[in-house]
Amino acid sequence: MADRSPATRRSLTVVLFAVFAFLYIPIATLVALSFNEGGLPTAWTGFSVKWYGALMANRDILSAALNTLIVAMISTAIAVVLGTLLALGIETRRRKGRALEALVFAPMIIPDIVLAIALLSFFSLLKVPMGLHTIILSHVVFNLAFVSAVVRARLKSFDWSVTEASADLGASALTTFRRVTLPLILPAVIAGALLAFTLSVDEFIIAFFTAGAGRASTTLPMQIFAMIRFGVTPEINALATLVMIVSVTALTLSQRLNKGVIAP
Amino acid sequence: MTALLSIDGVTRRFGAVTAVDRLSLEIVENEFFALLGASGSGKTTLLRMLAGFETPDAGAIRLDGADISRMPPNRRPVNLMFQSYALFPHMTVEGNIAYGLEMEHLPRSEIGARVGEIMEITELSPMAKRKPDQLSGGQRQRVALARALVKRPRLLLLDEPLGALDKKLRAAMQLELKRLQHEVGITFIVVTHDQEEALVMADRVAILKDGRLLQCGTPHEVYEHPANRFAADFIGVMNFIEEGGRTLAIRPERIHLFPDRADRTVEGRVTARAYHGLDLQLHVATPLSPKPLLVRLTANAADRRPVAEGDTVTLGWNEADTRQFND
Amino acid sequence: MRGHLAPHRFPEKTRRVQSPNTRSTLLMAPALMWLTALMVVPCGLILALGFFRRGLYGGIEYTFTLENFALIVDPLYAGIFLTSARIAGLATLIAVVIGYAAAYAIAAAPRHRQPLLLFLAVLPFWSNYLIRTYAWIVLLNREGLITQGLRMLGYEGEPPSMLYTEGAVITGLVYNYLPFVILACYAPLARLNPELAEASRDLGASAFTTFRRVILPMTVPGIAAGAVFVFVLSIGNFITPALLGGGRFQMMGNLIYAQFLTANDWPFGAAISMVLIAIMMGLLTIQAIAAEKGAGERREGTDG
Repeated sequence: MADRSPATRRSLTVVLFAVFAFLYIPIATLVALSFNEGGLPTAWTGFSVKWYGALMANRDILSAALNTLIVAMISTAIAVVLGTLLALGIETRRRKGRALEALVFAPMIIPDIVLAIALLSFFSLLKVPMGLHTIILSHVVFNLAFVSAVVRARLKSFDWSVTEASADLGASALTTFRRVTLPLILPAVIAGALLAFTLSVDEFIIAFFTAGAGRASTTLPMQIFAMIRFGVTPEINALATLVMIVSVTALTLSQRLNKGVIAP
Repeated sequence: MTALLSIDGVTRRFGAVTAVDRLSLEIVENEFFALLGASGSGKTTLLRMLAGFETPDAGAIRLDGADISRMPPNRRPVNLMFQSYALFPHMTVEGNIAYGLEMEHLPRSEIGARVGEIMEITELSPMAKRKPDQLSGGQRQRVALARALVKRPRLLLLDEPLGALDKKLRAAMQLELKRLQHEVGITFIVVTHDQEEALVMADRVAILKDGRLLQCGTPHEVYEHPANRFAADFIGVMNFIEEGGRTLAIRPERIHLFPDRADRTVEGRVTARAYHGLDLQLHVATPLSPKPLLVRLTANAADRRPVAEGDTVTLGWNEADTRQFND
Repeated sequence: MRGHLAPHRFPEKTRRVQSPNTRSTLLMAPALMWLTALMVVPCGLILALGFFRRGLYGGIEYTFTLENFALIVDPLYAGIFLTSARIAGLATLIAVVIGYAAAYAIAAAPRHRQPLLLFLAVLPFWSNYLIRTYAWIVLLNREGLITQGLRMLGYEGEPPSMLYTEGAVITGLVYNYLPFVILACYAPLARLNPELAEASRDLGASAFTTFRRVILPMTVPGIAAGAVFVFVLSIGNFITPALLGGGRFQMMGNLIYAQFLTANDWPFGAAISMVLIAIMMGLLTIQAIAAEKGAGERREGTDG
């Protein structure tokens, strides 16, 4: 932008520092506390990883973590296939209707609570027994929308003439997809998958409403919610740190693979 | 001679627009053929129908006597060199060129030999392991050409093959393409909007307008004997003189400043003068037409008869050099 | 050498080239069916539920009624809606002001550093919402870090009650949605042609006037959509009020939650959801119309 006076530049730097402090101090506090021997925010009693050990011994948390992995992996796998096909379908279309655009955009903007109660009503009216499978079915809804959005962003700058060139050189539609289209959009597909995985791991509200009764289908965010309601416990700090590491790693990978997933 | 390719009354409509309208053409083996037209003339649609990316609404396209108009692109012995080149960005030069042969499931050794051979001919061997984004525009163009040629198609289609190159490289590549075509002995059909390119490269030129064929002939025929006013105007530069309900057309280089050698003369005033090195171009306002006549003098002739802006000159030409149109 | 191309070798059967739209429909079909079955139909169901009566023992009685919508304007609930609108509005306003300032600072940073700054600003958005909210419990607790900090500075009185206040809820909402706002503000700021600001300065405007007359009007329409989302996400929130408000502050989200999980009045919960969706659509429509109008004016501006 236009050149600025040193004073303006300095105040902009201050703004940036203040905002980053606001964004990162709460998170950093949790991470620091997770290594506090005493576990309480009142006093630092020494460095320890004992809360991570306690986490590993907590059966409820381990089973919730396993449930979360199952939900995230299966819903991501389904969403990657459906979302990629959807993106290819939309972007090869001659005309895109507004209704179609709205339909594929909707899962990303509908407030979670509305989708959650809609799915709850739907499943209970159809008398579908609820559990991990209903969470998976529900997570695919928004996951496929995000995957298709990431893949579509890549396809916008895709030179379709390479697929025609492939056909011209004798390749069938399937061979063209396998040898030309897929390798070229693969970074976006993987980025979309990582994004979907992260969203699914972190998703609480829809899982909470579609998990049904019983502890068997408790996911990690549901477990965290329950723990927080009981109050501050040192174990949550350790758990929070681990969950954040997973999300941040997946998102950073996704960003490196495909510039512009999280930020342009 | 029987035709290699015969296009028979082919029509392609997009909604209300008729891109190609009952077009018929015959192209013989080993010919270098140019489809010449402005954008929207239907030349690209015709090319895409030959390649198999569009299907004619009516008419037939026959190759070696067999109707191929509904055959999918990957089964046609026809290859297209794309305007954008459409190189596979994730494959090396070698990988790009081998791709089409792999689709024919040829033995590895044969693929290697044929790829090597075509890279020699197109002088690409040193870049075999590079990716397309590490190549210059001219090199990319040669990869696209090699990739299509290596399949030894019955017919090679080239969509604006030189469009992306700069002017100097273009002139060199025009001759290069001609040389290659002789060397590999494959029939070429080039689509271009550049009439000069068409005249230089092609054995025969077809001029298209609004999806119809205006004229088809050798470069000499279409330049010297344009079939109608549009063709005359489109190819090269032409002066038009309206006279008694008819139109006379004369090329600028057929007008000179030596009235004693002409059977038609007119006086005019020089309104502009542009020196081009090889020739001198004059705009001469005459009573014959509202627009000044364009006159092109060779450097030699200009030296013998110096002209300045504002001078009054007498232009002369021979009736035999004019064309007459009634439309 | 050209033997394999001889006419008799042409495939007997020439398949018709598939039209692009047929293929595209086939590709989209599985995803669209999924969305229809698990989003369109359930949302349609909610739409319908809102017009039914609550059963005596919590079930649904299938008789048409507008009671649920009448209940929404009942003073008791209307009060809750107004409170949640005020909280959401304040949170949106604060987030937009801070977010715009941060986005402006990022857009003013050297070009090669902008992607990293933006990435860092947005990264917290992708960590778990519950965890981010929980972090504020740790900070705002009676014996939390902020109290600790005050004690260290020599404060000896009663620990300030910060948790379970409206301020805590607003802070939590701002914290959670700020990265999103920064992203929404950055896009139009980064797109802005720097020569426009230079032209304004060249024509004699001060830096502040340039900001007010040129930069702000050109970037606000892009930001409005972001603000709408923050407002709707805030007003429909139930985690932050539940955790940071201690259940004392009800947003529309908490009401919906309660109708479905505790009060067992699904039709009323469905009706509130519809109101939430209606608010979102209404605000987005207003924003779109305003942006369209603004874009039209800007086009005229460049033509003139």
